[in-house]
Amino acid sequence: MTIDWGIIIKSMPLLGHGVVVTLQVSALASVLGLALGVALGLCSLSHSRPLRWIVAGYVDFIRGTPLLIQIFLVFFALPALGIRFDEFWAGVVALSLNSAAFVAEVVRGGVGSIERGQSEAATAIGMRHRQILVYILLPQAYRQMIPPLTNELISLVKNSSLLSVISVYELTRAGQAIISVHFVPFEIYTLLALYYYVLIKVLSWLSGRLERRLPTW
Amino acid sequence: MVTPVIQVQDLSKSFGDNSVLRRVSINVDTGETVVIIGASGSGKTTFLRCLNRLEEPSAGTVRLDGNPVMNSGSEKQIADQRSQFGFVFQRFNLFPHFSALDNVAIGPEKVRGMSKSDARALAADELKRVHMSDHEMKRPVQLSGGQQQRVAIARALAMKPRVMLFDEPTSALDPELVQEVLDVMKELANGGMTMVVVTHEMNFAREVADRVIYMENGRIAEEGPPEILFREPKSPGAQRFLRHLTHE
Repeated sequence: MTIDWGIIIKSMPLLGHGVVVTLQVSALASVLGLALGVALGLCSLSHSRPLRWIVAGYVDFIRGTPLLIQIFLVFFALPALGIRFDEFWAGVVALSLNSAAFVAEVVRGGVGSIERGQSEAATAIGMRHRQILVYILLPQAYRQMIPPLTNELISLVKNSSLLSVISVYELTRAGQAIISVHFVPFEIYTLLALYYYVLIKVLSWLSGRLERRLPTW
Repeated sequence: MVTPVIQVQDLSKSFGDNSVLRRVSINVDTGETVVIIGASGSGKTTFLRCLNRLEEPSAGTVRLDGNPVMNSGSEKQIADQRSQFGFVFQRFNLFPHFSALDNVAIGPEKVRGMSKSDARALAADELKRVHMSDHEMKRPVQLSGGQQQRVAIARALAMKPRVMLFDEPTSALDPELVQEVLDVMKELANGGMTMVVVTHEMNFAREVADRVIYMENGRIAEEGPPEILFREPKSPGAQRFLRHLTHE
C-alpha cells in the first residue's frame, strides 16, 4: 500500500481544531468531575449513613454501566425528562458524572489510607469529624491522590473520543469527517492515535511535575 | 469532701467475646499521679482509652469533676468534654504537615476558637514548658522521637486539660531519649497536674507516682503506694510481673 502523505499534511491543521475541542471537553469535565467527586468523596467519609449509601449507590451505578450508555442517557434520555443539553454540554456532563464517581473513590481511599493515629490524636484534642477531615486528613492525602487522579484524567481524555457518537466535533469526530470524504482510514486513524498519545504523554509529565512539587513529610 | 477529678465505676469493655476490661473502678484525686503497670494485654491501654472515649466502654461510667462523661449529646458537646482529657500516645501521632508550633496551636484555634495569633502565643508558652522553644518551626520529621513526644505533650497541655493521660509515652523511643520525656512528665506531676500514666518505667513509677495500680486480665489486681507495692507485692501476678522486670 502507499501512504497518502498529502492528506496527512492537509489533515494536521484540521485535526488541530478537534484537539482544541477535546481539550475543552476534557478540561471542563475534569474540573467539574473533580469538584463533584471531591464533594461525593467527602460525603462517603461523613458520619451520615444515608449520605454514604447514596454515594455508594452512585459509584456502583457508574462503575456497573458502560460510559457509552451513560452518554446516551444524558443526550437522549434526559431530554425526555425536560433536561436538554446540546452535544457539547451533554458530552461534558456525561464525562463529568462518570469521572466524579472515580474521583470520589480516590478521595475516600486517599483519606482512608492516612494512619488511624492521626484522627485519634485530633479526636483527643476535641476536634470534630469535619474539622479532622479538613485540617488533618485531606492535607496529608493530597499528594498520594495525584497518581490515581492522573490515571482518571488520562481515562477521561481517552474516553472523550466516545463523544464522537453524539457528534461532538472533537478529535476523533474530526478524523472521521476527513475519512468519510477522502477514505484514508489508515493515515487518519494512525494520526489520531499519535495525537492522543502525545496529549496523554504531556498530561503524565505535568502530573509528575505537580507530584514532585507537593510537599512531603 | 472534695470530688475526685475522675471517678470510674465498673468500667467494662469487650471486643466481641473478648473481655478486655472487667468492672474497673477507681478514683483519681486532683494533683494525683497514678501509674498503671501490668503485662501487655492486661487492659491498661484500653482502660486509658475508655476514659476519654477514644474507645466506647461496653458498660460502666466515667465521671469528670462529678459530671458523667457522655456518649450521647451533640458532637460538639462530646468533643468539648473529650478535650478536658489530655492524651499522649505511644507513637506521638503528631500532625506531619504542621510545624511543632502549629501542632500545638491547632487545638486552641479550631476547638477553643482562639484567634490564630493568640493560639500561637499559647502554643509557644506550652512548647517552652516542655523545653522545645528552639524547635518551634520544625516539622515532626525534623525532630527526634523524644522531641516529638514532648511536642505531643505540649499539644495536649495547650487544651488546658483537667487531667493528662499517658499511654506508654516512652515505649516507642530509643533508650537515650526516654529520660527527657520522663523529666518533662515529672515536672508536670510536681507542678500539680493530675496524671494517669501507663508505663513500663518502674523508676519513674517509684519516684513520681502517688499510687501504683497493677492490672491483670482486665482487672485491678493490686494497688497501693509505690514503696509498698514494689517492695512487697501481695498478689502472685504482681510478684511474678515485678520479678520479671527486675530480671531484665
